[in-house]
Amino acid sequence: MSKTALIIRREYLTRVKKRSFLLTTFLVPLFLIVVYVLAIILTANSFENSRAMVHVIDQSGLFQGRLPDTRNITFVAVSGEVSNAKEDIADDGAKTYLLVIPENVDKGAGVELFSSDIASIGTQDAIRDQLEGVLRDIAFEKAGIDRKTVENIRPEVRVQAKEITPDGEKESSAAAAIGVAMALSVLVYVCLLLYGTQVMRGIIEEKTNRIVEVIISSVKPFQLMMGKIIGIGLVGLTQFILWIALSTTLISVASAVFVDDDTIARVATGQTPGADPISVQQPAHYGAYSNVMQALGTVNFQGIIGAFLLYFVGGYLLYSALFAAVGSAVDSETETQQFMFPITIPLLFTYILSFGVLVNDPNGPLSFWLSMIPLTSPIAMLVRIPFGVPTWELALSLTLLVGGFILTTWVAARIYRVGILMYGKKASYAELVKWFRYKG
Amino acid sequence: MLEINHIVKQYAGHRALDDVSARVEKGTIFGLLGPNGAGKTSLIRIINQITAPDSGEIYFDGERLNPSHIERIGYLPEERGLYKKMEIGEQMLYLARLKGLSKHEAASRIRHWFEKMEMQSWWNKKVEDLSKGMQQKVQFVATVIHQPDLIILDEPFSGFDPVNANLIKEEILALNRNGATIIFSTHRMESVEELCDSIILINKSKKILDGKVKAIKNAYRTNTYRIEHLPHHESIQGVEGLFSVQNQVTGEDSTVLTVSVAEGKAINDVLSYLIPIIQIHEIKEVIPSIHDIFVDQVMHGTPHPAIETAE
Repeated sequence: MSKTALIIRREYLTRVKKRSFLLTTFLVPLFLIVVYVLAIILTANSFENSRAMVHVIDQSGLFQGRLPDTRNITFVAVSGEVSNAKEDIADDGAKTYLLVIPENVDKGAGVELFSSDIASIGTQDAIRDQLEGVLRDIAFEKAGIDRKTVENIRPEVRVQAKEITPDGEKESSAAAAIGVAMALSVLVYVCLLLYGTQVMRGIIEEKTNRIVEVIISSVKPFQLMMGKIIGIGLVGLTQFILWIALSTTLISVASAVFVDDDTIARVATGQTPGADPISVQQPAHYGAYSNVMQALGTVNFQGIIGAFLLYFVGGYLLYSALFAAVGSAVDSETETQQFMFPITIPLLFTYILSFGVLVNDPNGPLSFWLSMIPLTSPIAMLVRIPFGVPTWELALSLTLLVGGFILTTWVAARIYRVGILMYGKKASYAELVKWFRYKG
Repeated sequence: MLEINHIVKQYAGHRALDDVSARVEKGTIFGLLGPNGAGKTSLIRIINQITAPDSGEIYFDGERLNPSHIERIGYLPEERGLYKKMEIGEQMLYLARLKGLSKHEAASRIRHWFEKMEMQSWWNKKVEDLSKGMQQKVQFVATVIHQPDLIILDEPFSGFDPVNANLIKEEILALNRNGATIIFSTHRMESVEELCDSIILINKSKKILDGKVKAIKNAYRTNTYRIEHLPHHESIQGVEGLFSVQNQVTGEDSTVLTVSVAEGKAINDVLSYLIPIIQIHEIKEVIPSIHDIFVDQVMHGTPHPAIETAE
């Protein structure tokens, strides 16, 4: 085994064997799944548990017999004084509401809903929808319009965005692209900082432990630095692969076990069954969830994962070399601030832009240049990729990225070999330049 | 073993080594001596190929120093360090394999050394759980595990308690008897002077003296003797042309007389004069220590020509 391979092996194994690695690797997907399942179950349950009794005082007389009970709401007509009725619902406790409909409700006067606790949004919406439906019917009747006719007139236009590509037309979805782009930008930003800092910490550890002098009497400083960078990079890749594998299996298992399709669909459409008789009867409205799936289906995930891996690796090599140089220049982590700042600025800048300029104008000049400059391209290009990027731009950007990390690695290595042997000297930028120029 | 020719190492605004040359014979113990900041560590780092000299060259066994020699050198740096969270056994394996040993070979040698140093139970312990002295032992074993031909020890005895320091000293001597060449680097000259065959003295980046310890001491002999005798009723006076008295201290039951023998006379002449007068207990030549020689050199500042030790 070559010496660099030995170093990579040590860096990789000591980190992968750590309890914290196992915890984050297994707990993060588990946590995501738990949140996902809980969200679905809780949302589903909240609809089912929101059965409410609504006492109605109808001063307008318009709603007599026109408020059918729904799955979640039972209407009870009450007569008499509002104040007495208020006392009644207070005695009955939660889930009993008092709905007071004033005389001129059809002229825009508001209705009042009393309850001993705060009425849930779902219940409020359901009541509002029902009242509106009744008033609409009354208005139709007055105008002499047959309700059936209206229901049948429901023009619907669906826009299918199709992109013309050399392979023919394909469906595209800007919304899905934006979602994926933003997710990628967050992921790359977080990971570059996370693993870059790990490289830096590892180097500071070796320096303060003073083991570095023993090691570099056996290997070249460059081998030690690259071994560390590659080892930690492999840890990152391992973590990604495990995350992806675990999350997808867990999500499909969890979906199959805990949640039936019907619940998902219901949650996804955000509808209480039976709340609005008109819209539930329309299957076309059912599909917010399936639309999301359809839109996501237009995204080329294999391509994106491939690009993500390439840009993560390239960006990681570029930035971790810089982090390595910083780690070698200082004696403790508290001293890293002044050097960390300029390194993180281009990352942060692109990260923030990715939520505005980059997704809104993915093919504009700013987006183009940011996705070419190696310091910013790992984030900028990944944000652009879901919108489609010409192959030559990808090739150019990747070439520049490779050139970029060779350059930063070369510079970093020159600072590193001097820095790791310097103790108790407060490093300044001038100092770093001097180190860079040392011979040999 | 090692031939160091005109090494110059320049750091920004500071010359760490200025035209330093030396020869380390195979199988000897060599002392690299000098005060802190003299350039010892810079020279060691160059021998270890951690840094490169600006000019000058080093020959290892007649070959120009190159990376293939790294596996034949064992280096114990002044600042000791190990991975705190790593288990001892695993750590030793790693360090040994970085020196080019195979996994199997490394494991069996580590076991051998652990038995020898009574460290068997440490295999699964982490460095942070060991005492400082124990860590030093681990570090020493890591330095010699690959049976290097040249062992470079920077301040080897600092941090050891007297028992362990002695243990380590014995191990070093044993390694030397088995053919290893040893370089000691230290600013505490008295601690190694009796161990070294030859030395080089460095001060302010420059070599001020080198050669065989015996030859150096001979060159600095002043023909001075310390004579301990029973107290005499009157003090001894020097004799013109034979000896002069430098010092005379009377203790409880003995007097110590320091005499300088005159040019052209031998100690025996002095003794034949003294024996009838006083009862002698002990006589010893006063030989300057390396430290005294160093101080003398630095004070007078004159570069002393290398002492000829031609064989």
